[in-house]
Amino acid sequence: MKRLITTILTTLAVFTTAHAKELLNVSYDPTREFYTEVNNAFAKHWKEKTGQQIRINQSHGGSSKQARAVIDGLDADVVTLALAADIDAIAGRGLLPADWQKRLPKNSAPYQSTLAFLVRKGNPKGIKDWADLAKPGIQVITPNPKTSGAARWNFLAAWGWALKTLGDEAKAQAFIAALYKNVPVLDAGARGSSTTFQERKIGDVLINWENELLLALKEHPGQYEIVVPSLSILAEPTVALVDKNVDRKGTREIAQAYLEFLYSDEGQNLAGKHYYRPSNPDILKKYKDQYPDLMLFTIDEVFGGWTVATKKFFDDGAIFDRIYLK
Amino acid sequence: MAPAVSSKRRRPRKPDRRILPGFGITMGITISYLTLMVLIPLSAVFLRSAGMGWEAFWRAISGPQVVASYKVTFGVSFLAAATNVFFGFIAAWVLTRYRFPGRRLVDAMVDLPFALPTAVAGIALTALYAPSGWLGQYLYPLGIQSAYSQTGIFIALTFIGLPFVVRTLQPVIEGLDSEVEEAGASLGASRWRVFWQVIFPSLLPAALTGFALAFARAIGEYGSVIFISGNVPLRTEITPLVIVKFLENYQYPQATAVACVMLIVSFLLLFLINLLQRWSESIGQARG
Repeated sequence: MKRLITTILTTLAVFTTAHAKELLNVSYDPTREFYTEVNNAFAKHWKEKTGQQIRINQSHGGSSKQARAVIDGLDADVVTLALAADIDAIAGRGLLPADWQKRLPKNSAPYQSTLAFLVRKGNPKGIKDWADLAKPGIQVITPNPKTSGAARWNFLAAWGWALKTLGDEAKAQAFIAALYKNVPVLDAGARGSSTTFQERKIGDVLINWENELLLALKEHPGQYEIVVPSLSILAEPTVALVDKNVDRKGTREIAQAYLEFLYSDEGQNLAGKHYYRPSNPDILKKYKDQYPDLMLFTIDEVFGGWTVATKKFFDDGAIFDRIYLK
Repeated sequence: MAPAVSSKRRRPRKPDRRILPGFGITMGITISYLTLMVLIPLSAVFLRSAGMGWEAFWRAISGPQVVASYKVTFGVSFLAAATNVFFGFIAAWVLTRYRFPGRRLVDAMVDLPFALPTAVAGIALTALYAPSGWLGQYLYPLGIQSAYSQTGIFIALTFIGLPFVVRTLQPVIEGLDSEVEEAGASLGASRWRVFWQVIFPSLLPAALTGFALAFARAIGEYGSVIFISGNVPLRTEITPLVIVKFLENYQYPQATAVACVMLIVSFLLLFLINLLQRWSESIGQARG
């Protein structure tokens, strides 16, 4: 009898500790390959440091869809999403404090990226800058800003360029309306747009994450060219730990270490390897040859942050809805 | 058909005398099951949108993009279901009336759209009908935009609706007595007249049921359509996508408001079709 009890207790102990050593990272669409590698590296690092075996699960999808899943109860320990607004939405439901972005260095953005164009080999339509995308007869592929984080960055990059080059808001809106008239397919996410452009051969130009474009060049050599616009937006995908979930699961310590690992030299190098821009300037220097050289503006500079930008452009009946009505 | 109808009319007077007991318990289970599986989820939809107030509700369901999506969804679903009634009838007729090698295989193929995950169907159809696809490369030069257009939505909705029509018509065609047709023919009716006055009336109720099922399925379809549709507002956006868009922007009440509209319209349409079906049944009976 005594032996039976010990067996049960040890089994229970094994199960509970095994349970404590699982971490769920809920992320956006094109980060699959990057986080697979980060997770392996971190598991090794954690084993060396503490002797604990851990398992990190990852979940990917459109950024706001993922945020909604976490709000609805997906047990994420950490969220690594395409834009701060989506983590704000989770914070709005009380799962983490509203000032979450101040808890980690660089506004909680361990790596950065930007948006550029992919055109077919030889650039047959002669696309050079944002202005060309609004010309008649050009087909532009970009996802739907209502469902995709990347698409929101695309939209804001185009708007920022138009505002600076054309001078005022009315002209910027006319430009954006002309650009979206040229979009025959609005996919739900960034990967979907890549598929439409590359597999279905639709469109003359694809606007997408810099890392997705570099990946396309690597996977389909000789088929595409990257065109770098004169101006684009500095995209800062952000990360946070979900307080309510880690406290309930008792994983705060590992989750915190996991996020800090993204800022470590090893984590930063992995970001560079997967074509993200490391936020650590020394490591960024090491990879600088792989990134196109272009002028970047931030969302805070031009738009005053995500809350303002969302309300102005992407809410129901806001500018993105209105450009279709004319 | 005629004997079946007359036996229906002469129903035994005493319904209490059943061979198997258990009305109480089966009715109880039915009510609880329906409440749990259908009524509670559906009322949750209404409850969630109830909190938003009439004005906000109206604004959510009457936006120009939302209204455009109703037209696309209900219009294209109607066309797809109607097309399926025509071709589904032919398929069902061939499968029940004739014997040919490979019949069982073709019969099983009809069910494929049921079994295939809709996303897989969507991806497969898009790969086929996109300008670079096997079929698309021939259709596009003819001026038929077979993907990323309303035509694309039509193709997807026709695909998923086909089994509903075939499977509702098949048993009825099987039950049609070919002697009745022969009788008609021997009395001098032309083939055309035999079809319109003998076969058509007896198939109409089942055809309407098949239509209603295919139509209802098409209205709610999301998975296969989003791949082949361009999802461009006002032109190729279906109502389920509008709902998803609201959800992705954390506008739960607006999403449920549009869902309510879909529910009510679908219910009314189904109810109407049901009435039509009753009416056509009574016509069929009067003739029989």
